[in-house]
Amino acid sequence: MVPGAAAKVTGLRIRRVVSRAVRLLRFGGSGVLVELSSGAQVMTAYRTLRAALADGRLDGVAELVPAARTVLLTVAAGLTPPRDQVRALLADALDGPAEAGDPSAEGPGAAPAEVVIPVRYDGADLDLVARTAELSVPEVIELHSSTEYTVAFCGFSPGFGYLTGLPEPLRQARLDDARPSVPAGSVAMAGEFTGVYPRSSPGGWRLLGHTDQVMFDPGADPPARLAPGDRVRFERVR
Amino acid sequence: MGTAITVTRSGPLTVVTDLGRPGHAHLGVPHSGALDPDALRLANRLVGNAEGLAGLEVLLGGLELRAEAGVTVAVTGTPMAAWRRDEDGTRRAVGSHRAVHLRAGQRLELGVPAAGLRGYVACAGGLEAAEELGSRSTDLLSGLGPAVVADGDRFELGAAGEVPSDAGPVPVSVPAARIAVPVLLGPRDDWFEDPAAALRASVWTVGSASNRIGLRLAGQPLVRVPEWAGKELPSEPMCPGAVQVPPSGEPVVFLADGPTTGGYPVIGVVPEAALGALAQARPGSEVLLRPR
Repeated sequence: MVPGAAAKVTGLRIRRVVSRAVRLLRFGGSGVLVELSSGAQVMTAYRTLRAALADGRLDGVAELVPAARTVLLTVAAGLTPPRDQVRALLADALDGPAEAGDPSAEGPGAAPAEVVIPVRYDGADLDLVARTAELSVPEVIELHSSTEYTVAFCGFSPGFGYLTGLPEPLRQARLDDARPSVPAGSVAMAGEFTGVYPRSSPGGWRLLGHTDQVMFDPGADPPARLAPGDRVRFERVR
Repeated sequence: MGTAITVTRSGPLTVVTDLGRPGHAHLGVPHSGALDPDALRLANRLVGNAEGLAGLEVLLGGLELRAEAGVTVAVTGTPMAAWRRDEDGTRRAVGSHRAVHLRAGQRLELGVPAAGLRGYVACAGGLEAAEELGSRSTDLLSGLGPAVVADGDRFELGAAGEVPSDAGPVPVSVPAARIAVPVLLGPRDDWFEDPAAALRASVWTVGSASNRIGLRLAGQPLVRVPEWAGKELPSEPMCPGAVQVPPSGEPVVFLADGPTTGGYPVIGVVPEAALGALAQARPGSEVLLRPR
């Protein structure tokens, strides 16, 4: 038996298993929802499709939107979503090295932006977070500001990024009662996410501090400080 | 030199609108734009504008505006009475769905529609409200775009094109008290018991909390299959037309100002072409869902 042939067969088998993890679901007549099994896969799929869009390999796309476990691609009315093309692009990308589940692994496409957000850690829920985590407040601040996060997706309001990578002790429930108004620039956390409120809004996340950075400015280019795939660090300021 | 209009009475809810700001959903920016886009396009065509110029979306009529210089206007959407009032107070019915010329100082007044919800007013040259992310639409969810129109608001107009002289009668349809809309099942129809039959079974009633964000439907609640009962769906992308089912089981059809992500399963999606009809569905009117 030729050793190379055996390796090839094994490779094919792995490819089939990975590709089966991707489900394409109908989302109306002009959309297709890609369902994946992890946030890391979502990031790989999103970056792959965004790159294909940028270099003209996907035509007629209206929106490309990632979320927690899914990516939605819609085309202009009257066109048909390019399901086969999406499937082919994802089969290649998800079989590649970035599939391993490491969110910091280099995905396809342009290098992600690196964003640093200065934070004054003076949030109303710092003590609560520390108690829940069984840490001191300085330890909470150290933990939150020494971690690199990834913008998994945006939603809730323009420029609101859901950042993943939160250390385990900081993964805490939403507040029992949402605040009717959270100030713009509030840095907060809930569940597996941390993020910054771009504008004043109701909110149920635990408040760690605030930033003076403008997170969303419709007149700026780009309008949002954070976009899906960006790497984010919080820098403590006093 | 440009001209302008002043809104002298804004009615129950009037917003500036165009064809929205698609392409930014990945940043959390809703599509927004006219809920009945075909009506806005028609209004623009009637006054010689490109179809996507900004006009006014007028909920339940009641609007009154004054021309600061000569301007051609047109009212479309659900049929409503329209008058042209002279400065001496005399007024004359001018009707909707046709181009109407106002001289400086003349006013356009809109009555209250007998059926349907939304009218559209285009002015030759289009409204020059500030543009955000390529659109002048007011987005009631995200706060993008101009503020809701208030009494006394003045809008400069762009350069007018040529008003088509051969504009014959255009089709006017009166929104019915019961409409049927298609729903393409998926992506999460498998979360529900017999989804097609369940959607078809009710005559859904439009709820009074409906707005530009979503149309709330009341009827026999949709029931989840046991394996998904009580389960949470990780946030999923949304788009206008998505029929989201919150824990109450009563669906919400997202409209133009709907959110870009949401945490409840989408049982199906209403095609874009059918959303204009939903924009005219009054609270208390009935909707038949036709799953396929």
